[in-house]
Amino acid sequence: MLLSIKNLHASINGKEILKGIDLDVNQGEVHAIMGPNGTGKSTLASVIAGREVFDVTSGEVIYKGRNLLKLAVEERAREGIFLGFQYPVEIPGVSITNFMRTAVNEVRKFKGLDPLGGGAFLKLMEEKKKLVELTSNLANRSVNEGFSGGEKKKNEIFQMAMLEPTLAILDETDSGLDIDALRVVANGVNKLRTKDNAFMVITHYQRLLDYIIPDFVHVLFEGKIVKSGSKELALELEEKGYDWIRKEQRDNGIAG
Amino acid sequence: MRYRMQDTGYGMRDTGCRMTAQVKMHESRSAGMSILVWNGIGIRFFPTFVSDPRIEKICVTKQVLEYLNDLSLQGQLVIMESDPDNIINEVTQSDYKYGFVTEIETEYAPIGLSEDTVRYISLKKNEPEFMLEYRLKAFRHWLTMKVPEWAHLDIPPIDFQDIYFYAAPKKKKQYESLDQVDPELLATFDKLGISLEEQKKLAGVAVDAVIDSVSVKTTFSETLSKYGIIFCSMSEAIQNHPDLVKQYLGSVVPYTDNYYASLNSAVFSDGSFCYIPKGVRCPVELSTYFRINAANTGQFERTLIVADEGAYVSYMEGCTAPQRDENQLHAAVVEIVAMKDASVKYSTVQNWYPGDKSGKGGIYNFVTKRGICKGSNSKISWTQVETGSAITWKYPSCILLGDNSVGEFYSVAVTNNHQQADTGTKMLHLGKNTKSTIISKGISAGKSNNSYRGLVRISRNAANSRNYSQCDSLLLGSACGAHTWPYIQVENKSSIVEHEATTSKISEDQLFYCQQRGMDAESAIGLIVNGYAKEVLKQLPMEFAVEAQKLLSISLEGSVG
Amino acid sequence: MQDVIKQNITKELFPGLFREHRAAITAGDYPSLTVQRDNAIRRFEELGFPTIKLEAWKNTDLKESFGKEYNFVLKPEQGVDVQKVFRCNIPHLDTAIMGQLNGWYVSKDVPLMELGNGIIMGSLAEAMKKYPALIEAHLGKYADFNTDSFTALNTAFFMDGVFIYVPENVKSPKPVQIINVIHHDQNLFLQSRNLVVLGKNSRLSLVHCDDSYNHQPSFSNVVTEICLGEYSSLDHYKLQNLNNASTLISSVYFQMEASAQLESHYISLNGGLLRNNIRLRFNGPHGDAKIYGIYLMDSKQHIDNQVFVDHAFPDCISGELFKGILDEHSSGVFNGHVLVERNAVRTNAYQSNRNILLTETAKVNSKPFLEIYNDDVKCSHGSTTGQLDQDAMYYLRQRGIGEDSARMLLMYAYADEVISRIAIDPLRYRIEDMVKKRLQGELQICEACVLHCNTPEQPVEFVIDMTKI
Repeated sequence: MLLSIKNLHASINGKEILKGIDLDVNQGEVHAIMGPNGTGKSTLASVIAGREVFDVTSGEVIYKGRNLLKLAVEERAREGIFLGFQYPVEIPGVSITNFMRTAVNEVRKFKGLDPLGGGAFLKLMEEKKKLVELTSNLANRSVNEGFSGGEKKKNEIFQMAMLEPTLAILDETDSGLDIDALRVVANGVNKLRTKDNAFMVITHYQRLLDYIIPDFVHVLFEGKIVKSGSKELALELEEKGYDWIRKEQRDNGIAG
Repeated sequence: MRYRMQDTGYGMRDTGCRMTAQVKMHESRSAGMSILVWNGIGIRFFPTFVSDPRIEKICVTKQVLEYLNDLSLQGQLVIMESDPDNIINEVTQSDYKYGFVTEIETEYAPIGLSEDTVRYISLKKNEPEFMLEYRLKAFRHWLTMKVPEWAHLDIPPIDFQDIYFYAAPKKKKQYESLDQVDPELLATFDKLGISLEEQKKLAGVAVDAVIDSVSVKTTFSETLSKYGIIFCSMSEAIQNHPDLVKQYLGSVVPYTDNYYASLNSAVFSDGSFCYIPKGVRCPVELSTYFRINAANTGQFERTLIVADEGAYVSYMEGCTAPQRDENQLHAAVVEIVAMKDASVKYSTVQNWYPGDKSGKGGIYNFVTKRGICKGSNSKISWTQVETGSAITWKYPSCILLGDNSVGEFYSVAVTNNHQQADTGTKMLHLGKNTKSTIISKGISAGKSNNSYRGLVRISRNAANSRNYSQCDSLLLGSACGAHTWPYIQVENKSSIVEHEATTSKISEDQLFYCQQRGMDAESAIGLIVNGYAKEVLKQLPMEFAVEAQKLLSISLEGSVG
Repeated sequence: MQDVIKQNITKELFPGLFREHRAAITAGDYPSLTVQRDNAIRRFEELGFPTIKLEAWKNTDLKESFGKEYNFVLKPEQGVDVQKVFRCNIPHLDTAIMGQLNGWYVSKDVPLMELGNGIIMGSLAEAMKKYPALIEAHLGKYADFNTDSFTALNTAFFMDGVFIYVPENVKSPKPVQIINVIHHDQNLFLQSRNLVVLGKNSRLSLVHCDDSYNHQPSFSNVVTEICLGEYSSLDHYKLQNLNNASTLISSVYFQMEASAQLESHYISLNGGLLRNNIRLRFNGPHGDAKIYGIYLMDSKQHIDNQVFVDHAFPDCISGELFKGILDEHSSGVFNGHVLVERNAVRTNAYQSNRNILLTETAKVNSKPFLEIYNDDVKCSHGSTTGQLDQDAMYYLRQRGIGEDSARMLLMYAYADEVISRIAIDPLRYRIEDMVKKRLQGELQICEACVLHCNTPEQPVEFVIDMTKI
């Protein structure tokens, strides 16, 4: 098993957001995490990535057989966890080339590989750009600075391609994208899918899942996974809306 | 929104601004709103304890109406509307409206300042020995000090030997009822819109009205005493609560602090004292009206507010002063102490006589205001609207000693004609995780000079502290000056300090837009300035906000040209 | 006459020193300059040295600097091996180099060059002899010694410095570089004076480096007057890389005639106590001045940037951006003052000061001050002090970049806003390189001056070649 989450509770500033998450992810699988706004989808992504503002109050996360929660953000990244940000940060003054080269070489160093030289690196960049259909000239631009919403998200997929993660978490990568950009992003993901890696696709809507076919769909509601199923669950959700889940939860609550 | 109109038969007054009308409180309301009007200048309304049916005059904006409406007072208000949308008609009214002198027999201290004056004041006030000693220490220290000259102000030399340091209405009595109060004095309050008689009935607000330094009457201290709140004049506090006074007086602003604070410590005449005990949330807005009346009398107010653990109080200070030709010195000191989890909100609308158009006369307003957030999670918030005085020199400050304490400063300062203002704040971050916010809006017109001067100091131990300052200046006319002097000192790496400021003239586009919609230039300016200052005005208690809006427009009259 | 006088710095020392050596100091003067010097020393006696009681010096205490013994050198050193002193290994940086050693202009044999296009450059002392009228028209006209005691002292004592004159309509074909090196086995007190005059519609790029080659304490009181004639344009770079025992009081006075354009860059990498007095006056309408600064301080270094911009005429634009990174026990001061005078309508001015503190012991004092006397202006200022952007840190770390590398990247990016404005490419590459090294703690004095010689012993890579000018 690649990732195993058991009874995970997490809070921010004393407010509990995750209230007992259980989730197992194997290599080669694509898991879609769906749910209404404010139910903890992004928090789950951040906690796996290791964002320090969240306190894990109980539960465990085992990744590649190790306690993930003990690792720093960058250690998790080097172990192959990639987070595609919902709102990628603008970093003025840091060129994408410099940024990616530093990142790629740090990951290589961690794996005991020699750093890539300038020429080899540029070649790799061109290759991956093509793979994710990124046409804009990145070399002289600062990370995400002045990028359009679509460019920012494509840039996230490009970085994912560069870093070749084992577990990629895409946090609402589809939000704010027009249909063409959505297709590009999805194609990128599909090309990068292998039997050795896994994806967690967090989304509010079903439409991304028309392009990225998930193996499992989970519904996150008020800090818990309340429903899991196959890709048909997403369609059912689309049809019935989240009120269906709310009602069901309410009914369960009364029943229990 | 609809209001039931009803002619109550009481006189209606058109202030030219918004609407003035009669309001009849519904007789059956047991806990509603009481409404108090300063004739033509504003509205105050307060939650009430009593349910006396009564009639009050009201001057309101639509905003207030909406507010009242929200409180389900609709239908119980009788409103007659004059011109609700035009907020700044008043701009065209010219002279200072509150310039009148009350003829009351006044008892003066001998003119000038000496140890004898200090002893005289202390004796007249029948003070205990420790107060006399305190005053004398302050006086002796004051003698060694020099007049401060660092402010961006042009202050004519003040002859301290030509000032009466003490003036009290003669034959001071312990009034059993308002009937015993000098009718002329009552008339003064009437002109100011503060009718003690009516206020006595108007529950909810306990008004400690100060006229020429002696508190004439404190109302509703009984109501407050039910909560254990002490709200009285400083003189009474010295007599009745000497231990509290001894403990806190001078603890925030020591008598050595600065020239005018030392002077105040030596000769302060009276002022307000307020103590909110542990865990008490003061149910009413406390307010004091200051008013300088007798000619050539320095006004030396002393205010002390202590909020014990977990207490909350909102205190309002408002001033108008009668018109005078000579300059008058006002050197007040306000001290605030906030213990653990306590919160104090202090609001000021300062509308003292600014002098005439040629710069003659006007009040010198040299004030030291400082609060200390002594305990953790405490908060002190200063809001000021400064439109009056010939010269203003004041920096309401916060010492953020307790961890997680919060300091706020919201200010609008308007100068016109020959007015000068050097005002701002000091935020001294000493405790961890302390936060401060500074929003200052300066507006200069005529030949005036308006300076913001603010210090933000983050000391080494104040880890994870934050400050945000925004200091904007608006210039109206080419003969005025606007200056911004921020001092930023940061001594630790985990804190974040941000300061932003802009200076510009009023937007031609906005002016044109308003004028194209039929407003004259002055109306348009009044409107735009009010919008510009909104961020601060919204911090004021409701009744102050309305008044302040009008004052802004009035202070800027004649600035177009 | 003694050539070297060893003394502590006190106010009392200088008037006597001046009277004693007046003959030597004024030997090269045109008559009005001597009168100026006499007035200046008198004014200095009245003013004395500034103390922290003065608002402008509140956060910069000179006590420690004054506490040391210094040598006053009244004659240039003889037999300087120019080739040994001045090296420059910035690849492809093609500049006309002017050398200054310990305050004196040095050259192999040509103290003042007159070029075919009319440009004059070289020793100020020499220029005073050869072109007294040209010098007299400008020298002391912008640097007012009545208000500043260091300028008064410099006016009384200076004996040499650099002079550059670019005549009307002449565009200097390549950047001019002043390399001011302090290198002596004794503590030195230096007072040199520079004058740069740009004629109408002329253009110049000027790179001005202050370096020290060893760890010997020094105290420099340097005054530079720069006059930008109508429609002239100056690209100005001030690079400071002095040792931790050095004190530099650098006063630069810019006079901007109508429609003149200035871009000035202050890059301060090292120095014990650096004080940059930058005073700029718009003396005609439509001027445009941008002043940028970056300072990277550590150990107990102290930097104090004082920028005064006087909008005395309408329609001028001024901009200031000063950014600093303060490490260890270092301290930084920014005091900006924009004055908009009554008639200076349609003024556009902004000031910005940003600081990053890396340790609990570093500190910053920032005072951006606006003084405005008319309503037709657009002025703004901002000041921020804090730490590196935590969201950006998280983002970088999520991509696998370690905390230290991420911090370095962000600090560099932060400095880049100023550095990227350097218009001379080879210089910018070099400064970028130096800033990177500086941020990694590699760049230290002697190991690498601004010119970044790898080792002081290494053979000369760049020889001052006067024919190149």
